[in-house]
Amino acid sequence: MGGLYFDIAHLFAGGLVLISFILLYQDRLYALLNVFALQAFVLALSVAWQAYVQDAPHLYITAGITIAFKAVAIPVALHRMVARLGVHREVETVVRLVPTMLAGIALVALSMVVMLRVTGGADPLAREDLAFALSVVLLGLLMMVTRSNAVSQVVGFMSLENGLILAATGAKGMPLVVEISVAFSILIALIVIGIFLFRIRERFDSVDLQVLDDYRGEAR
Amino acid sequence: MPLPGYLIGVAALLVLALTALLPRRIRSGTVVIYGGSLVVTAVLFAAAAWHLLANAAGLSLSLPLGVPWLGANFRLDALSAFILVVIDFGAAAASYYALGYGRHEHEPMRVLPFYPVFLAAMNLVVLADDAFAFLLSWEMMSLASWALVMSHHQVPGNARAGYVYIVMASIGTFALLMAFGLMAGDIGDYTFAAMRAHASERTATGVVLALALFGAGSKAGLAPFHVWLPLAHPAAPSHVSALMSGVMTKVAVYGFLRIVFDLLGTPVWWWGIPVLATGAVTAVIGALLGLMQNDLKRVLAYSTIENIGVIFIALGLALGFQSHGYSAAAALALTAALFHVLNHSLFKSLLFFGSGALLTATGERNMARLGGLLNRMPMTGLFMLVGCVAISALPPFNGFVSEWLAFQAILLSPVLSSWALKLMIPAVGAMLALAAALAGAAYVRVFGIAFLGRPRSDAATNATEVDRFSVTAMAALGILCLAAGVFPGVVIDALEPLVRQLLGTAMAHQSQLGWLAIAPIAESRSSYDGLLVFLFITTSALLAAVIIHRFASDQTRIAPPWDCGFPQNDPATQYTPESFAQPVRRVFSGFGFAASEAVDMPRPGDLRPAHFELKLKDLIWDYGYQPVVNTVFGIADALNRLQFLTIRQYLSLVFAALVFLLLALAIWT
Repeated sequence: MGGLYFDIAHLFAGGLVLISFILLYQDRLYALLNVFALQAFVLALSVAWQAYVQDAPHLYITAGITIAFKAVAIPVALHRMVARLGVHREVETVVRLVPTMLAGIALVALSMVVMLRVTGGADPLAREDLAFALSVVLLGLLMMVTRSNAVSQVVGFMSLENGLILAATGAKGMPLVVEISVAFSILIALIVIGIFLFRIRERFDSVDLQVLDDYRGEAR
Repeated sequence: MPLPGYLIGVAALLVLALTALLPRRIRSGTVVIYGGSLVVTAVLFAAAAWHLLANAAGLSLSLPLGVPWLGANFRLDALSAFILVVIDFGAAAASYYALGYGRHEHEPMRVLPFYPVFLAAMNLVVLADDAFAFLLSWEMMSLASWALVMSHHQVPGNARAGYVYIVMASIGTFALLMAFGLMAGDIGDYTFAAMRAHASERTATGVVLALALFGAGSKAGLAPFHVWLPLAHPAAPSHVSALMSGVMTKVAVYGFLRIVFDLLGTPVWWWGIPVLATGAVTAVIGALLGLMQNDLKRVLAYSTIENIGVIFIALGLALGFQSHGYSAAAALALTAALFHVLNHSLFKSLLFFGSGALLTATGERNMARLGGLLNRMPMTGLFMLVGCVAISALPPFNGFVSEWLAFQAILLSPVLSSWALKLMIPAVGAMLALAAALAGAAYVRVFGIAFLGRPRSDAATNATEVDRFSVTAMAALGILCLAAGVFPGVVIDALEPLVRQLLGTAMAHQSQLGWLAIAPIAESRSSYDGLLVFLFITTSALLAAVIIHRFASDQTRIAPPWDCGFPQNDPATQYTPESFAQPVRRVFSGFGFAASEAVDMPRPGDLRPAHFELKLKDLIWDYGYQPVVNTVFGIADALNRLQFLTIRQYLSLVFAALVFLLLALAIWT
């Protein structure tokens, strides 16, 4: 396995982390969804590259599923939801952007330190992959914590899941059946969340989770 | 009987528990459950007794159940056979008693399904040969007995008793889990055989000893972990109280024996010290607090604590002697402990049966409302008297023999080389003597207040003798108390194989001595002959009775009317339980319970009645438990705010925890 294979895998994985930062930065919902689709597309490329490098044809199926569901179906569904909810103009930030970005950088540094140290003797490709994957997971969580709009929380959740897929494909040997069931459970989660979004909206005239807290009498 | 036979017996009990759920008439349900339990436990008792007496070889069996890499291992050796004898005899007696007593149960469906489960679980604990099976059946035993404690949950106080019990039982099981984990160590093999094999390379044995003392001791009622016992044992129906006090505490003693004497390896010199100290404190506290109670069943529960203290004193002696290489003395002490295990199961069951009989006849547990029952319930009174004499350790009954053996072991202590033990054991002996004396006072009080004098309430006036089943069960236990006291050599010889198994040596065979005497060390030093003492006491008592009747009672006497110590003919002029306990209460006031008495005497001419107020405190609860309870509730209150966070705050908590752990990993490695 030459340097080129490694570099390209590195490029895609690093690209995912970069896109996670873009996600973190976007405060407009439509733009957020587009970036999310882009992230899923890059993930699919990365998975396909791994399939080629590891000579594991079933990973092509994983890549296909990623493109079909994450890059197309889910963003489109979320687009339509945002349009129907009429929240596309909303700007939502709970924590200001600059501290969020700084926290994100710290998280990436942390995951690099942890992963590179812990996986001392492993295959360098897997090591880098795992480190990037952990960064994507942490950034996804950070996004869920810092946003109050339900749609952007969903996006944070989905991008967290992208990180998991990246880790799994890099580690060699995740069974296909696991990947497929994860993909479907994500889809079902989307449906459930979608239904909840509309219910919340019906009840409170907003999808801002702050309203839920206010309703419970938790003044902030 | 082969080992699967015992397991089939246990399975039969569990099936019996399920049949209790079938809809049927209450009366027939009682008969089926208690009759079935009686048959099964009688068979198990016979098999275990045969195994013990025939000194049969140990049996073991491994079933592919439970944890895959461990299975379920069972084993029957001399120790488990002896405890099985105690369990199943007590269970059979309680089942037989319950054939009569159980009919008076108001809500039998709260008792019937759990009763066979409780019996099955106790049998399983003793048969288990790996930590998993042991802890599972131990916890099953706790839960089943908890359900039985809660069967009268409407009665004020019982719900709290159940709560305290389940908390203490869970913490105790947790301690045992830790103990087994430490013993399995790096090898991670949880079978007892592996623990026994790797005993020599074990570290942290002191911690295991402490955990075993806490885990098994809290179940047995060792101070200061005894607080649940006087609450929970009286709360259950009387036959279950008898099982919990007479039998379940013995299963706890078995747990301690199995861990410390069998699995943990050779004892270190100081192991005896904590066991002796807790045992001595337990014995005195149990006896002292028991004397202050008015509730008959609670007196019995405190007396259980006292007896457990006696047993643990003897166990501590055995540990001390064994660790210094005096195996013969250790065998004597261990024999005393095991003998007392057997004795206590006999007379404590008998006394709880008696208190159940009183409860059936009068509906009262409060001694201050009983009295004069000896005329109305002669059989119950007779056997209660037997039980009271036996538990007060008076010859010729069995309680005397085991405590006498324990004292013989104490008298051997000067041979020890460790000064700590040399100084401590005589003090422990003094505390044991104090506890024995206080227990004697407590039972004089029980019998005198409840059975002698005149009735203190209408219920006691109208009491009648209880049913045949109850009386027969009490009679059988009473006769056995006498038999074990008159022929102690038989019991000591039967205990020989398991003492030999645990210590490598045993007491000399007692049956060679003439006249059924026993001599613990050497005949020249001390010996006791139960039969001779029995004959002497019987003849001298008969002679005294004949002389009194012939020369004193039959004479016509002229006496002033309405006198004879009772110038006023009111039952309230008699001794009350409180007044009987007053001297001891005053002497030990500061030590045990900070008693305060207040007399409110009206001035002459004032018409209001005088008042006497007595306040007792439970110092162990106030200073040992209340701070812990307050701390736990304080933390719980503080954490209660976590119940009301927003979704994002919950997410942030998870996130912060993850980042914290990653940071720890980054810094640590």
